[in-house]
Amino acid sequence: MSAQNAWWKSTEAMVAGILLLAMVLIGLVNPAFWSLENLFSLARSNVVIGIMALGVLLIMISGGIDVSFPAFAAAAAYLVVRAMVDWGWPTGVLVPFLLATLAGAAMGLVNATLVWKLRMIPLIVTLGTAAMARGLLNGVVGTSNVNINKYPKSLIEFGKTDLVTMTNAKGATFGLPATVLAYLGLALAIHFVLSRTMIGRSVYAYGAAPEAAKRVGFRTGRSLIFVYVTAGALAGFAGLLHSSMIWMANPRDFVGWELDVIAAVVLGGASIFGGRGSVLGTMLGVFILVMIKNSLILMGIDTTWQRVVVGAMLIAAVALTALRDRKAIV
Amino acid sequence: MTNPSLTARLSRAAGGATNLQLLLVCFVVLIAMSFANPRFLNAYNFESMAFFLPELGILSVAVMIAMLTGGIDLSIVGLANLAAITAGLFFQRMGGAEAGIGTVLIGVAIALSVGLLGGIVNGLLISRLRITPILATLGTGQVFTGLALVLTGGPAIVGFPAGWNAIGNSKLGPVPLPFVIFIAVCVGVWLLLTRTAFGLQLMLIGTNPRAAVFAGINRARMLVYSYALTGLLAAMAGIILSGRTNAAKSDYGASYLLQAVLIAVLGGTNPAGGRGNVLGVALALISLVMLSSGFQMMRVSNHLIDFIWGAFLIGVLVLNYLLSSRKEG
Repeated sequence: MSAQNAWWKSTEAMVAGILLLAMVLIGLVNPAFWSLENLFSLARSNVVIGIMALGVLLIMISGGIDVSFPAFAAAAAYLVVRAMVDWGWPTGVLVPFLLATLAGAAMGLVNATLVWKLRMIPLIVTLGTAAMARGLLNGVVGTSNVNINKYPKSLIEFGKTDLVTMTNAKGATFGLPATVLAYLGLALAIHFVLSRTMIGRSVYAYGAAPEAAKRVGFRTGRSLIFVYVTAGALAGFAGLLHSSMIWMANPRDFVGWELDVIAAVVLGGASIFGGRGSVLGTMLGVFILVMIKNSLILMGIDTTWQRVVVGAMLIAAVALTALRDRKAIV
Repeated sequence: MTNPSLTARLSRAAGGATNLQLLLVCFVVLIAMSFANPRFLNAYNFESMAFFLPELGILSVAVMIAMLTGGIDLSIVGLANLAAITAGLFFQRMGGAEAGIGTVLIGVAIALSVGLLGGIVNGLLISRLRITPILATLGTGQVFTGLALVLTGGPAIVGFPAGWNAIGNSKLGPVPLPFVIFIAVCVGVWLLLTRTAFGLQLMLIGTNPRAAVFAGINRARMLVYSYALTGLLAAMAGIILSGRTNAAKSDYGASYLLQAVLIAVLGGTNPAGGRGNVLGVALALISLVMLSSGFQMMRVSNHLIDFIWGAFLIGVLVLNYLLSSRKEG
């Protein structure tokens, strides 16, 4: 996008417009949508899927796709919580999250090596690594949940922390979870890396035209490693964050999440052919997806329709981006 | 046709050296598993494999067809379940388990039409709206599964007519009927790919899309045909699966998707398009089914078998890479 393009013509503005329109419509159907309680719960639901979407965004900008991150997230979270429960180590909050992030990064490194060295289609590589991660986790480590009664207290406290706490009409308290800050912080960081650093620009360059990126001197192997390792790290972090927010570690968690996250990223304007996509667009896409899924109940639609709606949204979004990309080329 | 071209075509149809390698893998697995399990070389074991393997095999052939044009179809399992469920709902209206053979035939036709229709939708999305196959079929797969969930409300549909269950459970002489259907599908697809203009054009689109367009091939129409065929095969797999288990549910066979992709790739199909053959896919299928059946006998957990499938996929990729780089070097 060149600078003289008006901002309201940008993909982000279009997505934001759709988002506002949808919010107004849902609000008309059910005014309860605008209650602070619902908005806080929406923000809460954005956190985990949003952090995962940041990783998928990186991978899609580089021209790849990833279906392994849900398995990595479940594995990282379960391994760390299991260690905390069985061995009493690590303790606290910081070290567990650091370990989960590192575990995710290590698994991402496997993807990176395979995609880079083998020049193999990312979809097939990540299908394979996802099956390996889930198979090993459930077959060797275990299939039983760590429930709230055994769940590490430090993580429960962390997941419970609210920025603002309020009381609703019925006297129950609700709040804006502090984990929202983690999401916003990570989004800012990724935005900075993508727009202001050499490695970030190299990801765009590689995604748009791998050969050209190599010829102008980018070390494209490094870009790929950066992309897949960061996506793995974000997945590992998001996995433990999710677990601490629901006070439970489920080794079979996140099944089917890949579709939601990929749909959100595509909804936010990223192209699967690489070279396009932004953090702001992705965050808007995540918000639309989460909001529509959550609002089905508010609008009185049966939840069995959720999958149909998400699938249809994904198709509509990719159809729109396909039309946009075709126009852009002409 | 002169003789040399005929032999060349034959060896190409057999997949050349790759299929010999696969045959070797097949034998290695067979021997290893027979040593590891004394009960492996047992007629009953092979019969149960022949009942279990066709649904996965047909799905693998379906994935291969989608890959020939450089695409992929991630919606096959959703479509298979949707087809079986639609037929199941039809049977519920028509007398349930007591329905006669005529009703069963109509049910089969309904299920196949659902598959065909779903495949055409995929083909149109990919060819007309130019959506990437991964995203288009990821989306439609979700829609198909979602519709199946909406139609059933969650629980499995049970109580299929006897005629329907016979498709998945009866035997033709000593050979299980599903296996016969699988062989028929293999031969049919093999003939279609190697003996018709359709097959040639499909391969050309995958090898070089631009050249294919310049050669006057109607790419959009070919894509719709190929995804329609993929959808039809998915529905056949759905019929066999629900006939074998006497049930249909929106989330049956979820692990089949990875396995079908793995078998297609292992069978020598190039995911970037242009290369793939039915014999290779069948050989890959047989070795992997023997592998997992052997491990099951050794009481290896199903989760670890999933891991082995994934590791096998990655292992094959590494091996292919090493072999091809040695050839280049």
